[in-house]
Amino acid sequence: MVILTVGLNHTTAPVEIRERLHLSGTALPPFFERLVQEGGVNERLVLSTCNRVEVYAVTENPEHAQVTIPRLLAEGTRTPLALFEDRLYWHRHDAAVRHAFRVAASLDSLVLGESQILSQVKAAYEVARAQGVTGPILNTLMTRSLGVAKKVRTETGIGEAAVSIPSAAIGLAKTIFGELSGRTVLILGAGEMAEVAVRHLRGEGVQAVVVAHRHFDRAVEMAAQLEGRAVRFDQIHQELLQADIVLSSTAAPHHIVHRADVEELIRLRRNRPLFLIDIAVPRDIDPAVNEIDNVYLYDIDDLEGVVAGHRLAREREAEQAELLIDREVASFLRWLKSLEVVPTLVMLRRHLEEIREAELAKALSRLPGLTPAQQDVVRTLAHGIINKVLHHPTTELKRQSVNRDGLLYVSALRRLFGLQDDD
Amino acid sequence: MDVIFFYGALILYVVGTLAYLLLLWIKGGPLAQLGTAATVGGFALHTLALLARLIAAGRPPLGNTYEALSFFAWATVLVYLGLELRFRRKVIGAFVLPIVLLTALAAASVPKGSAVLSPAFRNTWVWLHVTFVLLGSAALALTCGVGLMYLLQERQLKSKSLGVIYYRLPSLDFLDGLGHRALLVGFPLLTAGLITGAIQSQAARGQILMWDPTQLLSLVTWVIYAGLLQARLTAGWRGRKAALLAILGFSAVLATFLGVSVLLGRPHTFN
Repeated sequence: MVILTVGLNHTTAPVEIRERLHLSGTALPPFFERLVQEGGVNERLVLSTCNRVEVYAVTENPEHAQVTIPRLLAEGTRTPLALFEDRLYWHRHDAAVRHAFRVAASLDSLVLGESQILSQVKAAYEVARAQGVTGPILNTLMTRSLGVAKKVRTETGIGEAAVSIPSAAIGLAKTIFGELSGRTVLILGAGEMAEVAVRHLRGEGVQAVVVAHRHFDRAVEMAAQLEGRAVRFDQIHQELLQADIVLSSTAAPHHIVHRADVEELIRLRRNRPLFLIDIAVPRDIDPAVNEIDNVYLYDIDDLEGVVAGHRLAREREAEQAELLIDREVASFLRWLKSLEVVPTLVMLRRHLEEIREAELAKALSRLPGLTPAQQDVVRTLAHGIINKVLHHPTTELKRQSVNRDGLLYVSALRRLFGLQDDD
Repeated sequence: MDVIFFYGALILYVVGTLAYLLLLWIKGGPLAQLGTAATVGGFALHTLALLARLIAAGRPPLGNTYEALSFFAWATVLVYLGLELRFRRKVIGAFVLPIVLLTALAAASVPKGSAVLSPAFRNTWVWLHVTFVLLGSAALALTCGVGLMYLLQERQLKSKSLGVIYYRLPSLDFLDGLGHRALLVGFPLLTAGLITGAIQSQAARGQILMWDPTQLLSLVTWVIYAGLLQARLTAGWRGRKAALLAILGFSAVLATFLGVSVLLGRPHTFN
């Protein structure tokens, strides 16, 4: 019984190939069916997202599956095999387990630590389970993967630092203000970036949005779009008194907010903190403003620097996540080993023989008058009972073990008799 | 007996402090649990130590330098654990527990006998004086720890180079607010402590000011905190300057406390 993963992802294949191999919906049931009929696969699952297409399989005959699965993928998606064959990666056994864990934990993602993959893995598992194509091994592999992914998210900071400019800006705002609900944001000028940022800020509960633009009608238009309030550009100093976050992206060729203005402003605001985001080029706000207490000014380069730093932070956390995954892989492999039939039968026999020897010794010590021949009869009796009791379960377990649910018998047997590995 | 409990608590505080400090670099579930478990365990032993001494001596355990330092450390842990329960921000521990540990170590280094009690303690006011001052100091220790965190986080934001610690520290708003609230608790307690001290001094020696270094330093301390509170409430001071002043104020508390009582070996009310 071997776990096998075959697939391609954003590092091995361009999007033109990934989109052609996308496998979902009605294409899945016939694919799953052919995996059994032609590929000799017992359990299977397909994970198909915009960044990866992967087939997880449990099979007795990995060599055969390794040839068949790419062919079935090609036929199932009507894509020439030659187009993607050399882009496939293969993982077997422990490497396949590690891969499944790393994918779910977002260590294999384009954006390290992104959270979407977790729900995609969950959905792929639910689809496969609903169609009855998974079995005890993939079921456990997938539930463990989801568990490991959650553990990685809570025990490392891999998903914490924002890695896009708008979300990095929001992260900074939260570091300054704590909660953003009820805060006011002032938009100076227009621009797509400002609109994206406002949508993000709304999501965080920012209450009031005020838009100022050199052309008042443009401000009105934008305010309507963002459900905010438009003001004339010559009134921005009043608005700056109220605002908590200022997003500036005007087309002005020179600074429109000067150090002296902000010094006066912060005095009138009684030191209430102010977060200024200047995404205009050339810049709208005098960089010296950042030197004023309780004022934080970030321009576009600063924000890019923050994002780069956050990526590094995620990589640091990923190192810890890999250690955690090492432990989880080892634990999964221990479980997998416990499902092997022959060692289980050996353990069962040894367990029963230990009981027999102990009971025999007890009985014989209470019967001191027996002749050696009589003692032999008692021994043979005990021996015979054990063999008769074991005979049927042994043959049945061997017969069932080649079936899909055979592993359930092994794990049930282990649990019923309290059999545990020595190591 | 009580001294054995105290040393047990001290060992657990060392473990707790190290765990909280490591948490600044490593995010780890088990490490965080260890920090809390060690601190709670240390606090429990410390409480037993105080109770044991209370029963053995038949009076509150506030009668000499060792007892005062020990009680201050205990009250600071109490304040910290309350915060951890309320805000679940273990990072605060990395800035408050070292203060606890240092005071507990100072307590461990002075004579611990409970037999001798200064004649001043015949007066009821002195018990109130010591209790108020020590509880107030515990709250002010928090304003200091939180102020330090504020300065670090503000430095990160201003310099725009975000280190590991940036991801662990809470928001500036949270830190400033917490520092302010701790000041609102600590300052009235400190004031009550000074007033009861003055009453006691008047009753025992017929004059309020003895002009000893402790009295003078506590007046300086009080003036710093009064200035900070005044600036916060009327001038709208907050952030970096308030944090700096809170740290300065607590340095004055420590100077009063450790500098005079321990280093100069001339404890003010105790002889």
